[in-house]
Amino acid sequence: MKAWFFSEDAYPHLPAEDSYESIRVNLPNRHYDPEVGAELYHRYLDMWLMAEEQGLEIMLNEHHQTATCVVPAVPIMAGILARQTTTARILVLGNPISNIARPVRTAEEMAMVDVISRGRLECGFVRGVPYESAPANVLPYRGTERLWEAHDLIVKAWTDHDGPFNFEGRWFHARQVNIWPRPYQQPHPPVWVTIGSGPSARPVAEHKYVGAVFLAGYPDIRRIFDGYRAAYEQAHGCETPLDRLAYACLLYVSEDAQDATEGANEVLWYMTSNKVAPQWQNPPGYHPPQVAAKVMFGGLSAAGVPLQPTLEQQIARGNVFAGNPDQVFEQIRAFWEYSGGFGHLLVMGQAGFLSEARTNNSLRLFAKEVYPRLKELTAGYDSGRMRELRAALPDRESNPVDSFRVDFVR
Amino acid sequence: MNDRSETMHRVTLQGVEVPYARMGSGQPMVLLHGGGGPVTRFPFVDELARRFEIIAPIHPGFAGTPIPEHFDDMQDLVYLHLDLLDALDLHDVVLVGFSMGGWAAAEIAVMNCRRLSKLILVDAVGIKPGGRESRDIADVFAVTLDEFKRLIWHDPAKAPDFAAMDEAQQAIFAGDRVALGLYTWQPYMHNPKLPRRLHRVTVPTLLIWGESDRLVTPEYGAAFRDMIPGATLVTIPEAGHAPYMEQPARFVEHVLSFAG
Repeated sequence: MKAWFFSEDAYPHLPAEDSYESIRVNLPNRHYDPEVGAELYHRYLDMWLMAEEQGLEIMLNEHHQTATCVVPAVPIMAGILARQTTTARILVLGNPISNIARPVRTAEEMAMVDVISRGRLECGFVRGVPYESAPANVLPYRGTERLWEAHDLIVKAWTDHDGPFNFEGRWFHARQVNIWPRPYQQPHPPVWVTIGSGPSARPVAEHKYVGAVFLAGYPDIRRIFDGYRAAYEQAHGCETPLDRLAYACLLYVSEDAQDATEGANEVLWYMTSNKVAPQWQNPPGYHPPQVAAKVMFGGLSAAGVPLQPTLEQQIARGNVFAGNPDQVFEQIRAFWEYSGGFGHLLVMGQAGFLSEARTNNSLRLFAKEVYPRLKELTAGYDSGRMRELRAALPDRESNPVDSFRVDFVR
Repeated sequence: MNDRSETMHRVTLQGVEVPYARMGSGQPMVLLHGGGGPVTRFPFVDELARRFEIIAPIHPGFAGTPIPEHFDDMQDLVYLHLDLLDALDLHDVVLVGFSMGGWAAAEIAVMNCRRLSKLILVDAVGIKPGGRESRDIADVFAVTLDEFKRLIWHDPAKAPDFAAMDEAQQAIFAGDRVALGLYTWQPYMHNPKLPRRLHRVTVPTLLIWGESDRLVTPEYGAAFRDMIPGATLVTIPEAGHAPYMEQPARFVEHVLSFAG
């Protein structure tokens, strides 16, 4: 098991929630104080350096026009950490290549990070959440097709070394592609793509890329991972290696029960503060019409973030792992077995107002007390034994009360 | 929605099956609907069908029809409807376009007026008279459903209650919105080249506008009128973006006095 530490780099110092319509897209940036923002950037960068010190890997992501994540340019964060770290692998999850105008630029940025870090980049590609459509001014209809066309161009830009090539696709045009630098890793950095249930996992499995799942919890994880595994087996005639699947959770560890609850509730800010106006949740073509109608009229959350999360419920659901080291290990182990296994745990270990002290304590405890046991767990992975375990654990029903079932591929 | 003798026909163009309603008899009148979907469900069409043969195609993607794989934008729709006029071999057509369909009608007219006798644009989009930072056309994808109703209706209380629709109708509404996005996303609801081409409209043209239209205001309609040689603009009081829904009698009166 590899654990990847991340924070969305929130700017949580906001006015009262009832004073604004939406934390994303149209919250005026007069509420952003750049001096506070500077402190936050440095604090978050220090957090990642700390994660490296503790033997964890680093994960970064990108969103736009939102206080929930003030990293609108993930290559910049990746570039800083490529220079400031020495051993951790740096996962960008990801580049929103459905929404960008020039994939060649992304190929260049990622190649540069890979070279500066001497080959420590893991490069993710994502379609992006629905709220990214308005900031990008991109129609999300056929977003998945755009993603794969951009992907094809990027991978060719990384791997073709014989002078300019031509690419005139449906969406992206570049007639003289010949990037400098080319990637450090050969033939190119490892690729990750986010997946949901349904057809999104198939091309990811066919490429043998890592399929990453955010907060699907018990209700959805089997459906999604099973889809990937079936596609992988069909394409390659062998079982899916553990390291092809990743799961993203919220996590807080503390020896003290009260601190564990308080800290976990602070990490839960990521869910509780996601007030998004309905129009940004449902840009035309992001969801198929039947799902879009449910988002518009049926009170469904558009991006898999529950409408009224509670800590207890989110722990039960497998979205949050929180408690003392034994409890956290046990929660992860149970979910891991239920899911059929995965090789990467993406750990949102900081969110909202969670302080530097609490973040670091939780991170250290995780690294010392939980992570070694997780590595042991996956080292002992046996697919036959997993099938037996799995057969002994019946499918759990999803929780319809929570209206949490819209597929998303962030 | 209405009980009436409307018959649906189908024609295959560019490999796309295009359903169209055909009703009434007389001079052909082609209705190109807007983002709200087919207008043949509204009673004003019955009035027009007394004097005209109504031909009302459904744009691909609307009313539950699929978006063709090769469709990307408004231009695809325009060429499809040019093909439709040829396939049905229509002559002396009164071409009526509503909102987004008005944009399509204007594009058809600048390409080829050979089959047209008159052009009517109803609260049409398609141009951008203002500067780069003016929001000439309200961004319908950036508003809540309630705000959307206020953009469209003079009296929003008369707007349909979306929540009361059944699931199938809600899915059609959501699908119409996807199709609207496909045809109008960027440049938003307009073709920057259209103003330089509108001099090519050689048939008499009437623009009909709801006085309370807040999606595209009557001032926008006046700018549109000024770009089309000899065009006239009439406005209808107590009507918004869809005057045929809020003031059907006045709307029909204007159409008949211009084209009847």
